[in-house]
Amino acid sequence: MRSRRNPRGEDAPQVAANGLLDRRALLGRGALIAGAMTAGAAGSLTGAAAEPLSNGPWSLAPGVPVPPYGQPSKYEAKVVRTLSNPKLESRTSGARTPHHLLNGTITPNGLHFVVARGGETNVDPETHRFVIHGLVKQPMVWTVDALHRYPMVSRITFLECGGNSAPLYSKEPIQASVQALHGLSSCAEWTGVLLSTLLDEVGVDPKAKWMIAESADLPTMNRSIPVAKAWDDAMIALYQNGEALNPSNGYPMRLLLPGYEGNMNVKWLRRIKLVESPVMAINESKQYTILLASGKAWQFYYPQEVKSFITRPSPGVNLQGPGFYEITGIAYSGNGRISKVEISADGGKSWARAALNEPVLSKAFTRFRLPWNWDGRPVVLQSRATDEAGNVQPTREALIADRGPPRSTPNVLAFPMEHFNAITSWGVDAKGEVSHVYA
Amino acid sequence: MCMRKMSTYNKTLGAAALMFAFGVAGANAADGPHFGQPISPADLAPWDISIGPDGVGLPAGSGTPAQGAQVYADHGCAACHGDKGSGGSGGPLVGGGPLNAPDKEAQKLIGNYWPYATTVFDFIRRAMPWQQPKTLSDNDVYAVTAYILALNKIVGEEDVINAETLPKVKMPNRDGFIIRYPEKH
Repeated sequence: MRSRRNPRGEDAPQVAANGLLDRRALLGRGALIAGAMTAGAAGSLTGAAAEPLSNGPWSLAPGVPVPPYGQPSKYEAKVVRTLSNPKLESRTSGARTPHHLLNGTITPNGLHFVVARGGETNVDPETHRFVIHGLVKQPMVWTVDALHRYPMVSRITFLECGGNSAPLYSKEPIQASVQALHGLSSCAEWTGVLLSTLLDEVGVDPKAKWMIAESADLPTMNRSIPVAKAWDDAMIALYQNGEALNPSNGYPMRLLLPGYEGNMNVKWLRRIKLVESPVMAINESKQYTILLASGKAWQFYYPQEVKSFITRPSPGVNLQGPGFYEITGIAYSGNGRISKVEISADGGKSWARAALNEPVLSKAFTRFRLPWNWDGRPVVLQSRATDEAGNVQPTREALIADRGPPRSTPNVLAFPMEHFNAITSWGVDAKGEVSHVYA
Repeated sequence: MCMRKMSTYNKTLGAAALMFAFGVAGANAADGPHFGQPISPADLAPWDISIGPDGVGLPAGSGTPAQGAQVYADHGCAACHGDKGSGGSGGPLVGGGPLNAPDKEAQKLIGNYWPYATTVFDFIRRAMPWQQPKTLSDNDVYAVTAYILALNKIVGEEDVINAETLPKVKMPNRDGFIIRYPEKH
C-alpha cells in the first residue's frame, strides 16, 4: 500500500484501496489532515489566491429582534423533509429526514421522520387521557398533567420505520437521494416516564404476556408488544430533544420502545391493554410482516437490525475534483451499541475502519468518519456496521438470498420489503458525481 | 471505539428513577407515585375495542354480504377501494395472487395474505371510512366485513357474519407465517 507523509514526516497511511486513510489521521492537531491533503492531487490546494476581505452588511447594521422561537437560517431553506402525501389524500403520510444535509447524531424535531396513517393530529393535553387495563389488579387512567409528576428518565435513541430502505429491494438501483432511500430513520433524546413504573402501579397479572398499545388519532392504530419489553426499557415519552413532543411524533405522549420497529412506538398513545396473546392487528398481520422467498412471512420481527449508510458523499452530494474528503455517515442497531464501522472504496474488496464519534450509545445513531484522498478515478463506496452483539450488516446479495429476488423496480415511495438493512453502495464517477449502484 | 463509561449510562438513569419513589399520603412510599385514578371496566368500555383472533371482544350484531354491498355503496367506499373492492388510493380489497411468483411483486391483500378474518372487522370498525371513522354501526361493520370476505370467495353469499361465525372463518393464508419473536430479539 502507498503511504502519505505529513509535514512531521509521519506516515498517514492508506489503509484500504483507492485512498482510504487511517481514521486517526482525523484526530486532533490537523497535521495529519494537512499532510494527507498536501499529498493529494496537485492543484486542489494551490488554486487562485483568495479575494481581499470586506465587511458584509451584517457587520454594518443591527440585526432583527430575536424571535421567541428560533428558526433555522433563511439560507438553510432547502433543509426540509420530503413529503409523500402533501395534499393529505386518503392514505398514509410520510416525511423523510434529509440525512445528507445534517451532521452529528441528533435529528431536529422538525426534521424527524414521520409515518402517519391519518396525517398529523393535534391532541389537546387538557382532555387527553391514558388508560392501562386488561389483566391488571386495578385499571387506571392518567391525565397528561399527572404523568408529568412522575420521576422521568432520558435516553437518546433512534427510531426507524420497518419499511425504511425498502427502495434497495428493487431490481435496478433506484436513483434517489439518501433522504429518499433511508430517510425513515431519525434519532432524538426522549424524556418521559418508564412504562414499568406505571405497570407497577396497576399491578400486572402474571398471565399477561403481551400488551396492546393504541393511538388516539384517526385510525386508532394498535400493536401487540411483549410485556418483557416494558420491564426492559419501554418509556412513555413526553419530551423530544428537550421540548414537548412534536405533534407529528405523538404529542402529548408516545410509546418509546428503544430498538424496536418504528410502528410499535405508538404515537398519541391513549391505551395499553394487558392480554395473554397478540391481538393480530392489521399492522402486525399484514403490514410489518416480512415475506420470504418461500412465500411464508416472518411475523413479530421487532428489532431494527444493524445498519449504516454514507451520508456524504451521497447522491446529490457530489465531489468537486480530486483531493481530500471526509466520508461520513450514520450507523445504528436495535440490538445495542455499534462496535465497528468499516468503509470500502473498492466495492467491498478492502475495508478501512472508520472513527466513531463519541459517545457511542446503545440503540442510538452513531456518526462515523473517515479521511479519504480521492485520486479522481471511479470508485464504489460502501459502509458496513457491526454491533456489540456481533451482528454484521449483510451484503445486499446475502439479504436477497434470504428474502428472494426483487421482481420489479417500484416507485421510490413503495414498500416492497421491510427490515432491509443491507449495505448501500454509492458509485462515484470520474466527474465526482455520485449515484446509487449495486455492487 | 465504544466509550466504556457511557455503557452503563442509561441503565443507571433507569435504575435511579425506579428507586426514587415519592411518598404519597396513604400509599406505601416504595410503591411509587400513584397518580393514576382507578377506572371501572364500564367507564373505559368506549375505548376497549380490542378484538382477539379468537373473537374475544366482538360485539353483538350481524350482517350478510348483500347488506354489506349496500353499506359499501352508502358510505362511498368505492372512492378509495374501487367498484367491488377492485382498488384505488386505499388499495384493493380483492385478489392478490400467489405470494412467491417469480416474476411479480407479491401483493399482501385480504384474500391471499391476512391470517385472521377478525382483523378485517377490527380495522374497519376503528379506522373506516377514512373521512368518518368510527361512525358505522356494529351491524354495518359485520355486513361490510361479510361483503369483503364474500368478494374474496372466503364466505358464501348467504353466510351471516357475527361474533360466533367470524372467528371460525378460516383465511386461506392462515398458516403462512413464521413467528419471529421471541426466537430472536
